[in-house]
Amino acid sequence: MANTPNAAAPAELAWSPRALLRRMRDADEIAHLVTLIAAATLLLITVLLVYQLWILSAESRHRFGWSFLVTRTWDPVAGEFGALPFVFGTLVTSAVALALAVPLGVGAAIFLAELAPPKLSSSLTFVSDLLAAVPSVIYGLLGVFLLVPVMRTTIQPALKKTLGFLPLFQGPAYGIGFLTAGIVLAVMIVPFVLSVSREVLLAVPRDQREAALALGATKWESTWKVVVPAARIGIFGSVFLALARALGETMAVTMVIGNNPKIAASLFSPGYSIAAVLANEFSEATGNLYLSALIELGLVLFLLTFVLNGLARLLILVTTARGSGVLPS
Amino acid sequence: MRIVKTFSVLAVLLALATIAVAQGGQILLNAAGATFPYPMYSKWFDEYHKIHSNVQINYQSIGSGGGIRQLLDKTVDFGASDGPMNDDQLKQATVPILHFPTVLGADVPSYNLPGVSAELNFTPEALGGIFLGKITKWNDPAITSVNPGVKLPSEDIVVVHRSDGSGTTYIWTDYLSKISPEWQQKVGKATSVNWPVGLGGKGNEGVAGLVQQTPNSLGYVELIYAIQNKIAYGQVKNSSGVFVKADLASVSAAAAAASKFMPDDFRVSITNAEGKAAYPISSFTWLLIPAKFTDTAKRDVVKDFLNWMMTQGQQDCEALSYAKLPKEVVALEMKAIAKIQ
Repeated sequence: MANTPNAAAPAELAWSPRALLRRMRDADEIAHLVTLIAAATLLLITVLLVYQLWILSAESRHRFGWSFLVTRTWDPVAGEFGALPFVFGTLVTSAVALALAVPLGVGAAIFLAELAPPKLSSSLTFVSDLLAAVPSVIYGLLGVFLLVPVMRTTIQPALKKTLGFLPLFQGPAYGIGFLTAGIVLAVMIVPFVLSVSREVLLAVPRDQREAALALGATKWESTWKVVVPAARIGIFGSVFLALARALGETMAVTMVIGNNPKIAASLFSPGYSIAAVLANEFSEATGNLYLSALIELGLVLFLLTFVLNGLARLLILVTTARGSGVLPS
Repeated sequence: MRIVKTFSVLAVLLALATIAVAQGGQILLNAAGATFPYPMYSKWFDEYHKIHSNVQINYQSIGSGGGIRQLLDKTVDFGASDGPMNDDQLKQATVPILHFPTVLGADVPSYNLPGVSAELNFTPEALGGIFLGKITKWNDPAITSVNPGVKLPSEDIVVVHRSDGSGTTYIWTDYLSKISPEWQQKVGKATSVNWPVGLGGKGNEGVAGLVQQTPNSLGYVELIYAIQNKIAYGQVKNSSGVFVKADLASVSAAAAAASKFMPDDFRVSITNAEGKAAYPISSFTWLLIPAKFTDTAKRDVVKDFLNWMMTQGQQDCEALSYAKLPKEVVALEMKAIAKIQ
């Protein structure tokens, strides 16, 4: 359907959309070409993106070199720029988000795919898909007006009281900061984990469940020891999809992270993420060095995503090598 | 089939419309820049279009920095900025760029102190000290001494600033640079700076939201935003030693005081202006107009628009809560319009 109006609009004589569709359905060559173009376009877009980021960040790369990655100062007035606090903030908020979202998302997915009655399962999945469609600025606003006051008055003091001996939960409770940003991110990425994990779990062949049950396993044993391990790779995939979303999330994080380029051990401390500083400062960045430093931050974010994705692949390779599809003993 | 037909009809209509516009003697001007004066500009461009139906001015409020960049790249006919262009930027321009002040803005200190309903007074020393992180408690003598009768708590001051680059920050840091040598040396003035302390909120609404929600906080917001959202704010001591509350009159007074020293290119900072009635954290916002247009039709429109804006247009300011230009400045600018060729 997608290319019918395009192809048919100029002249509809011989190329009626229906005829075109029929021809496409029959002809392998056309299908091959069209899908190849689609794939090549994706690759081209990625290459162009990196190329542009590389070219436009030249001034900053030449000026700061590798020290850009380990410098903690971000001073637009003096023209000193370093990415470290932003990389730190991006990683910390994403880690908090994953720590909360993965158990929640995978747990819910197991329930919906294996244990829940089908009707409940499909309606809950629908609700979760709705969550994924909410614009991120809405999450940011909810974060600022609902979560932040609760964090400041209830959750952070409670954490301080119970776990305050850990450096993670010390310092003044502003309500905003790494922890709050991580929680908002967790809510945003749960639907990704849930939705993909559920599909993967459902795709595990029925025979495997039945075989396990036939061998005397309980329902839970068959789920936990057979179905989940078989779906492991897909679940990893869902987690890394969610991670990619968390790394690049901009608006919601900007609104609750505190926007202070600071490296602190405490999750209560305000911080800053790469995407947030780009959103904040790009439009008003005057001066070529400033602009090119911001673009280099974009490049750093891209590389970060790339490296984390690479690690994910490696992890999958390693765990698969230990025997995929074979029952863990 | 029906879809295809609808598409072709639409395409033909679109093509016809484009041709009609191109041949109708229409003059289309593109401009981009500051967000702060955007409501005013869009009203002006709209009103001007009503009088001159053949002129269409398209303004994108992408921020001052973006406006300057697009002007230097010549992707727009003119730009707009909350801070004047610096010498480096002016040097990059192939055609000299002229600054025209259009309206005035101001920043106000807004705070949230549970149990304190009085309007607080702030001295320059107190504001400088707080934003440098040297004054950390609300009951510091620098604050209590000018607020007799107000019981200020012994709580930490939570400083809130803008996190996005903005003209509002430029005005605030320009003011702090003037009243505090230490600020000027350590931090300086810009649309974004390396803040010594504080939390960052995105946009006026972000700062106002954080201040509202955080007890014992102090931040700065744009005057118009504070007026329109009925946010309480404090008075600031000006260079004559008078505590002045920001409003349209006290902001215009600051501009009038500064007009005596107006440089030819209008690139002037009016923070900490002289005069008993002047509010000290005020600023112009500027249109950035190339001094030479290759297209004479565009040039004539720009000149006529500037003329109209200084006279008719200024009447619309107060309805939108913008402080209008003092007449001394208008007189100077009317002369400067002749420089556009």
